Amino acid sequence: MPFNQKPQKFSAKINTVTIGTGDKAISLGGESVLPFYTFDGDIENAPKVGVEITDNGIDDSLPGIKAFYDGCASVADMAKKASQMEGADFVVLTLVGGDPNGDNKSVEDLVAIVKEVVAAVDCPLVVKGCSNVEKDAALLPKVAEACQGTNALIMSAKEENYKAVGASVGLAYDLNMGAESAVDINLAKQLNVISTQLGVKADRIAMDVGTAAVGYGYEYVVSAMDRIRGAALSQDDATLQMPIITPVANDSWNVKEAVASEEDFPEWGPREERGIGMEIMTAASDLVSGSNAVILRHPQSVATIAKMVKELV
Amino acid sequence: MALTGIQIFKMTPKKNCKECGSPTCMAFSMKVAQGAADISACPHMSEEALATLADATAPPMKTIKIGAGDAEYTLGGETVLYRHEKTFVSRPRYAVAICSCMDDATIDAKLEGLKKVDYERIGERMYVELIYVNYSAEDGQDKYLDIVKKAAATGRTLVLECTDEAVAKAALDICKDSKPVLNGATAANAEAMNAVATEAGVVLGVSGADLNEIYDTIAKLEGLGNKNLVVDVTGADVKTTFANAVQLRRAAIKDGDRTCGYPSIVKVAKLAKDDKYLQEALAALFTMKYGSIIVLQDMDYDQALPLYGLRQNVFTDPQKPMTVEPGIYPINGGDENSLCLTTVDFALTYFVVSGELERSGVPCNLLISDAGGMSVLTAWAAGKLSSGTIAKFIEEQVKDKVSCRKLVIPGKVAVLKGDLEAKLPDWEIIVAPNEATQLVKFMKEMA
Repeated sequence: MPFNQKPQKFSAKINTVTIGTGDKAISLGGESVLPFYTFDGDIENAPKVGVEITDNGIDDSLPGIKAFYDGCASVADMAKKASQMEGADFVVLTLVGGDPNGDNKSVEDLVAIVKEVVAAVDCPLVVKGCSNVEKDAALLPKVAEACQGTNALIMSAKEENYKAVGASVGLAYDLNMGAESAVDINLAKQLNVISTQLGVKADRIAMDVGTAAVGYGYEYVVSAMDRIRGAALSQDDATLQMPIITPVANDSWNVKEAVASEEDFPEWGPREERGIGMEIMTAASDLVSGSNAVILRHPQSVATIAKMVKELV
Repeated sequence: MALTGIQIFKMTPKKNCKECGSPTCMAFSMKVAQGAADISACPHMSEEALATLADATAPPMKTIKIGAGDAEYTLGGETVLYRHEKTFVSRPRYAVAICSCMDDATIDAKLEGLKKVDYERIGERMYVELIYVNYSAEDGQDKYLDIVKKAAATGRTLVLECTDEAVAKAALDICKDSKPVLNGATAANAEAMNAVATEAGVVLGVSGADLNEIYDTIAKLEGLGNKNLVVDVTGADVKTTFANAVQLRRAAIKDGDRTCGYPSIVKVAKLAKDDKYLQEALAALFTMKYGSIIVLQDMDYDQALPLYGLRQNVFTDPQKPMTVEPGIYPINGGDENSLCLTTVDFALTYFVVSGELERSGVPCNLLISDAGGMSVLTAWAAGKLSSGTIAKFIEEQVKDKVSCRKLVIPGKVAVLKGDLEAKLPDWEIIVAPNEATQLVKFMKEMA
């Protein structure tokens, strides 16, 4: 008696969001099965891997990253280099320097960098804000203007500033909007609902439902994503059928395991390897929980996650 | 499949005799269906009805115990596919693989190396629980028995992979008292291996070319009366292995097919083919989805720190928050003169706050008081974090151990400042920012 295979077919489907233009454009979502459940049905678009760079230039504290971007004189050079990274599907520019509690760079300076990057790369582009809601409300509409015609994804639209961001990104410049919430199915749903009420098209929204590094309350991430995917597929909840894009790098590289120096913890070994482990495992866990794309920083993590995805789809 | 109250009711004598303690047979049946009463409380059930019910109310997935004494581990016994539905009960266990095809130096290095990772994280000891000992026929029985002895000497629980029954028997003679797993049953040798495993009283691992063959072999072993099994779901590639692991677990839990209801073995070491980084990705993947024994090439801190953290998170009970022990935690070499900061014992809060404090590089003491495992605002609202609890904690457990008299309280409970100043007159009370992310800046300004 053979194994009784019962494929779990859903009639509902994750929306397809296309980022970028031309040959290199990528599509997120489109599947009607759980992550990597190829035995239940085809996965139309394999999960994608993005490379994060910031307006601050090269992080020279990590030898692997420093070596990879060696010779890059500008953020635009870095973007070009990142787009050629093995396993990379898209490039993510995080405008971290805009944070008023940090470098507080002006909107004009940051938009100038965005323009350079837009001109430098032909791969799909994702731009993330500085995580300060007021600054992003002023910054991201200008970023959207600079990205006009690129079909980019502009992330960091939160409940506090979705009107300013959504109106420019989704309505005025017809780009994709990334709706950012904090590891909670209801918050994610709420933001999708009000964004679509504002007039942003549902198939132009990707959700950033948040993540944590593994070991740091990651159980909330698993359950939030499991429930969001469950609602989208088994209950056909159209307000949660947006594909999920998850920035992994920032959380992974900022926990103790990836920050503590080898002098302080000699038995732990080199810091870079620990950070890579953190980034890889967080990304793998996010993908199997329901992310359609992950954003990573280290070339080794990008190559590895791309390889894992290839093996699974 | 679980029975409904009505289905159980049909099997009761319907006499409403009240001997079970419930007013009617119907009420009793409803309780049984919910798991609130045991069917044996009814003295009038027929043998046949009892057998049907025992079968129907048995858990969908077997709980299998491996190892002995301190090194005993429970695998399986899961009742849900997602942790938010209830909870996962048995965390996966990690093994480092050795093989009789390896030279002595490599084996010794691996056995020595796996001991290096051994630390505690939120009350849980993190180490390599198992050693996977692979038999290579070319290198002969004697070499295999040698490495089984070496591996057994570490005190870790063994998983023996060996499909040769004579060799398996000899290996079990060495280590059967420590209750290893014998991963050796295939379609070809099921009867013989079953005899070897049952005689030694150990768990038997089943493998096969595909799910159909595995399923048939399990059914055959169950027919022979052996339900002390684990299933090696490792296939030719990552995709097949993931499909096997998910489909077996799903068939057991969602479709109630008990022949599928056994813990799994996933040989990540074999799938990753010497790619250390791919091994990290796959170890996380199978920790998330349905690996019970996960076999790795090596274990080092690069891999252990994220992997054990992931496992600890995913396998916590959603109904019980993770907490850290109350006490004084010095950070960045803080001593009795360093600034004191306080927050709650909710593990997530502790990790976020201590992480930011470490990033600041400023020496300090983090004081954790018992707040019932709740976050700052929740604990405050529930009365678990108040000026009274903080003052009591400082008086009883802190003030004699530190000489600094500056106490920083979470920004979200700034309202406690006045009360605390009254209760702790010789302390200067300082209010921290609202969010942990602002702590680095705050600490640098304080220093």
